[in-house]
Amino acid sequence: MSSSAIAATAPLPQEAKVVSGFDRKPPSAGSAAVVEILPTAQAASAQPRPARRPHWLGFAAAAAWGLLAALTLLWPNKPAGFEDWAYTAEFGTAAAAIAVTWALLALSTSARFSLLARANAVFSRGAPWIVVSALILALWEILTAKTGALPPPFFAPPSSLIDAYANDYARLADSTYNSLKLLLEGVLWGAAVGFTVGISIGWSRAISYWVHPLLRFLGPLPPTALLPIAFFFFPSSHAASVFLIALATGFPVAILTWSGVAGVNKAYYDVARTMGASEWFLIFRVAIPAALPQVFVGLFMGFGSSFVVLIVAEMMGVKSGLGWYLTWAQGYASYVNMYAALIVMTVIFSSLISLLFAVRDRVLVWQKGIVKW
Amino acid sequence: MVAAAVEKPRPEPIEPSTAAPGASRIRVEGVSHGFDAPSGRLEVLENVDLDVAPGEFVALLGPSGCGKSTLLRLVAGLEPAAAGTITQDGNPITRPDPSRIVVFQDPTLFPWRTVWDNVALGLQAQGILKQEKTRVDAALCKVGLEGFARSYPHQLSGGMAQRVALARALVNNPRLLILDEPLGKLDSLTRLEMQSELVSLWQKNGFSVLLVTHDVEEALFLAQRVVIFSPRPAKIVTEVRIERPYPRHRDDPCSPACGTKC
Ligand SMILES: Nc1ncnc2c1ncn2[C@@H]1O[C@H](COP(=O)(O)OP(=O)(O)OP(=O)(O)O)[C@@H](O)[C@H]1O
Ligand SMILES: [Mg+2]
Repeated sequence: MSSSAIAATAPLPQEAKVVSGFDRKPPSAGSAAVVEILPTAQAASAQPRPARRPHWLGFAAAAAWGLLAALTLLWPNKPAGFEDWAYTAEFGTAAAAIAVTWALLALSTSARFSLLARANAVFSRGAPWIVVSALILALWEILTAKTGALPPPFFAPPSSLIDAYANDYARLADSTYNSLKLLLEGVLWGAAVGFTVGISIGWSRAISYWVHPLLRFLGPLPPTALLPIAFFFFPSSHAASVFLIALATGFPVAILTWSGVAGVNKAYYDVARTMGASEWFLIFRVAIPAALPQVFVGLFMGFGSSFVVLIVAEMMGVKSGLGWYLTWAQGYASYVNMYAALIVMTVIFSSLISLLFAVRDRVLVWQKGIVKW
Repeated sequence: MVAAAVEKPRPEPIEPSTAAPGASRIRVEGVSHGFDAPSGRLEVLENVDLDVAPGEFVALLGPSGCGKSTLLRLVAGLEPAAAGTITQDGNPITRPDPSRIVVFQDPTLFPWRTVWDNVALGLQAQGILKQEKTRVDAALCKVGLEGFARSYPHQLSGGMAQRVALARALVNNPRLLILDEPLGKLDSLTRLEMQSELVSLWQKNGFSVLLVTHDVEEALFLAQRVVIFSPRPAKIVTEVRIERPYPRHRDDPCSPACGTKC
């Protein structure tokens, strides 16, 4: 009898079985039959079964949302010295609806419909998050509306956010639109100018001689420090903000584009030159594509600081936008609206970053192993 | 009889690609070159005379750091020589030109371009890609990589990448192919395979070849003439003419004898 047959019968530890079953080619027909038995036992242990996990996690998600619904609807709000928090019932009903949906999804893991199967795939990846988010919302609701442990009006329950969005959506939408417009205007200018400056100082020694020291000297100055001066010098607070946002975006883009161009493998130029490339070709078809990964790093950094400048500028002088909305809500002590605006801001800024990641992945498909956002 | 040492560079076109129409004569006359290092001037080439006949395959051998790559850069026109003249078919070489293509030790493919776009580089740089697209496919075919046109360089093995670099050179229909240790980084099996491919490409296309290598056997297998350099500053020590017919075989009985000057 061959050793793999012994492995099948003797009570060896799991690893020993796996080695003998997979690494050994069956030398004869007799042992081939034994090998046939072995893998079935090992397949379960060697290959993780993805279908098992979401099943009970799905029910856990349904239970968590059900819990949220129940405590929202059944536990009366603590009187807070003013009229009751609005939209408590609606919030509870929505949570209940979500709970039912999760329960159905969890039940349908063996679904034949492709749409449902796909929904299930997405769901099973996010299931732990879905459970935890329900628990966080429940805790939040308990600490605010139910017990008042976190005092109103500084803290508001999640259900009251619905109130803010329902009653002030026009102002919020307008602020969002104005913020986005201002941001994009500044970012586009900044990225374009920063990119051009970066390429120029990377390419031309003369331009580098004059511009590089300026960039190094003035670049680290936070653009927000220039706000008062900019508001004074520019014809409108809008123009001043565009300038400062452009500055915030442009500086990292310029520095990183420059370092990207400076770091291009010199052999690429030699290759292109021996094939008859012109100066134009060397810049646009060699230097720029080679520097693009660095340019994107600059864009990510520029985006980050442009958000800061945008919000500060809107808080300080621009009479519209989400930053302005925050100060406005603070003035009226309507903290619910402030939370609502903060959430909008989070969604917008993270979407913009995700968008930039998507663009980068598109443009830099040739890179291997790029980071996932 | 099989290999003969020649005292002076007096090349005559020999064998397969005799008087090929698409081949250049390169004449290096009294070329000296050096670099300004922090510790003073570094002389690299000293009074080098070298002729490459049209269609000839010449290999350069010499100790590391003696100045072989420097000589190739001068011939390519990437740098001007400090002294002496280099001519191509009688015209002084002053700048790079697609008729003289270099293949470097590293493939130096552009990682942001697909294999096809990498091979198309020369035609695009010369502004004739639109009319000449078929040449790219033909060059890829020559090196047997037509199936990888849409791949990116990071998806290729070392040997495949070097082959793409070769295709990128060939697509320009060079009259002189300058090879700077093109097979240096390949494993020995791929290396042998690529050496045979090089010979057949050379025989089919008929360009002149200037090859730098560290590998004596490779030089003997490939070249019609082997030029041996001294340590830096490089001078030509001697030349060996190898008159074995192509395709050559590694186990030819004369092989060991060829290594020494007979
Ligand atoms: N751009 C440069 N600036 C300064 N010194 C250089 C430069 N290029 C080459 N050298 C020097 O010239 C000498 C010859 O270099 P080269 O690259 O021509 O050698 P090589 O014969 O090709 O060597 P290897 O066989 O190792 O490739 C070396 O000592 C090197 O340091
Ligand atoms: Mg070299």
